[in-house]
Amino acid sequence: MKFNLKSMAMGGVGVMAVLLASGAAHAQSVNLTYLIPSGADGVAVAEELVKSFEAANPDINIDIETRPGGSEGDNLVKTRLATGAMTDIFRYNSGSLFQAINPQQFLVDLTNEPWQADVQASFKQVVTAPDGTVRGAPMGAAMGGGIYYNKAIYQELGLSVPKTWAEFMDNNEKIKAAGKVAVAQTYGDTWTSQLFVLGDYYNVSAAEPDFAANYTAGTAKFATDKAALRGFEKLQEVHDAGFLNEDFGAAKFDDGLRMVANGEAAHYPMLTFATTAIVASYPEMINNVGFFAQPGDDAASNGLTVWMPDGLYIPQTTSNLDAAKKFVAFVASVEGCEAQSRAGGASGPYLINGCTLPADVPPAVSDMLPYFAEGGQNGPALEFLSPIKGPALEQITVEVGSGIRPAADGAALYDEDVRKQAQQLGLAGW
Amino acid sequence: MARVQSPARSRPSTYPGWFFLPAAIIYGVLFLLPTFASLYFSLTRWTLFNSTFIGLDNFAQFFREPFLIKGLINTVIYAVVSSGLKVVLGLLLAVLLTSQIAARGYLRSVVFFPVLVSTVGVGITFTVLMHPTQGMINEGLAMLGIKGPGWLVDPNLALISVALVDVWKGVGLATVIYIAGIVAIPQDYYEAARIDGSTPWQSFIYVTLPLCRPATVTVITLSFIGGLRTFDLIWAMTRGGPGFASDTIASVIYKQYQAGFYGLSTAGNVVLFVLIGVLVVPLTMLLNRKEGHE
Repeated sequence: MKFNLKSMAMGGVGVMAVLLASGAAHAQSVNLTYLIPSGADGVAVAEELVKSFEAANPDINIDIETRPGGSEGDNLVKTRLATGAMTDIFRYNSGSLFQAINPQQFLVDLTNEPWQADVQASFKQVVTAPDGTVRGAPMGAAMGGGIYYNKAIYQELGLSVPKTWAEFMDNNEKIKAAGKVAVAQTYGDTWTSQLFVLGDYYNVSAAEPDFAANYTAGTAKFATDKAALRGFEKLQEVHDAGFLNEDFGAAKFDDGLRMVANGEAAHYPMLTFATTAIVASYPEMINNVGFFAQPGDDAASNGLTVWMPDGLYIPQTTSNLDAAKKFVAFVASVEGCEAQSRAGGASGPYLINGCTLPADVPPAVSDMLPYFAEGGQNGPALEFLSPIKGPALEQITVEVGSGIRPAADGAALYDEDVRKQAQQLGLAGW
Repeated sequence: MARVQSPARSRPSTYPGWFFLPAAIIYGVLFLLPTFASLYFSLTRWTLFNSTFIGLDNFAQFFREPFLIKGLINTVIYAVVSSGLKVVLGLLLAVLLTSQIAARGYLRSVVFFPVLVSTVGVGITFTVLMHPTQGMINEGLAMLGIKGPGWLVDPNLALISVALVDVWKGVGLATVIYIAGIVAIPQDYYEAARIDGSTPWQSFIYVTLPLCRPATVTVITLSFIGGLRTFDLIWAMTRGGPGFASDTIASVIYKQYQAGFYGLSTAGNVVLFVLIGVLVVPLTMLLNRKEGHE
């Protein structure tokens, strides 16, 4: 007993000493909290960013807090914003989910920050509140939605990267004639079936720049708009021509990556975040995997449909606005990009002017870069331009891509699904 | 029944009123309240944070769902196929397992074993076995020179494939119920039939079958209701796919929840509740009435 009492007393003194010490430290510096979605890669990037930032700003200390992803995370972010309990800085989706957290009411206006001059316009669009003010900074690299291809097969058959859909189908025909699988599809993971439709959006917007606005207003429909319907038609064409792997109905996302990396299939339509997974699973094959944008009907308007990275936001309830703005400015700077590359590798181009990728990126990443360079063409996916995305799209695209339902029928069914979502969001005109 | 009940009512209750209170509170809070709340929310457009009253729009929308009609038909097909096969196979297996065969006790437990396994585990296992090109079933068929179908990826076959797995998993319970029913039939009937010169087939048709009607009623009711509200096996194996080919009402409702259409899916649950009532109540009445005539 005596010993116990003594050690307890000493422990108490120790705790007090720590409290005093940290109290002294607090007096000199600002403490910020930064909320990010959990996930090893995201945490590593955040830690590297914080480390670099703290080294340059010794008077600011940042604690990282993680939250769940998915719809659970959506609810958490909404609740914390609504109750005024949001951290000083937080990372969250851009695009339709950004609109759903009521940015005008909750987020600090960052339109006039000096670093905005270097943020690319395509990103500013997806973090702009309804009143026209920009409320976020890019956190992470852009992704492309297009088609991975096997370079070894292309070389063997003397094919070149297609600029139009007709060329793409010609290539497929030659690959099929050589006895190979032309296009891998993996409807065992239903979400992967959406790529031919979603990745076609650049082509839709090239033909009809107002499509997104009219679609949100309920006046443009997939079934009746010729350009928008093409995505569904393309999905059906690759199936009807017999280009798919035999087990397309049961194969999974991982199978698709394996097929295109090992040359079991020549093409796999996918988002470029998959490059990281290919590097991890098939590192010796990574130089065989290339990437191109989903071709449209006109070679002159060939461009890439882009998925924007998350945004970095500051809630209006923060008590350390200046320090928080400093951190956001750091992330949106060239040093910020470099810190991200150090931590997570570079999966795609950054949306900050002046940021470059390391020289040794895999070909699937370097193939993306021309679309972002001067003279290249890219534009955001529809989900970054409109708050409405129908939840049943992946089932419908499985049907169209498996020959169960004709393209026009599938598009009409999707319009119904979209109407339901628009009503749930309470949009006007539906 | 009526004779027993009426004196019980006139007699003062065995327990004082407060004795019922805990159960009544639990019942009220956990069962009555949600039931009425769900009836209300089925009439709203509900985002969990706020709800807008929209009358019967959800029901109109639910019945306009193109997948819903298909889901309704699929649900009934699934319930009929799985409960029908469970009755036939369960009875045959029960006859086999009540006969004088070797290792009877062991075989009985083997038939029951799938009932004890987790449904999701069964679903995932069979998904692997039924893979169109690398699955063991089609590889086995290929050895015999038969090109197996895409069990779960052929839209015409997916629902039936899942129903067959349901039968495999659930037939053990039907068998056990039938074994109990058959064992309860006195041997005298079979002896009397034999003296009258009945063939084994006639004994089965005229003795076993009618006398295990209570078992049949139980098996049909249980497996039919189970089939109507089936969800876990379908979700584990096809998620209603390919496309909407194997959607049942329960999977359609679940997808509406996932999509955040809370009001709509609550309306779907009300529809499912009514559907089960409409189908099962007359079925039970029919089966029980016939039983009373015996």
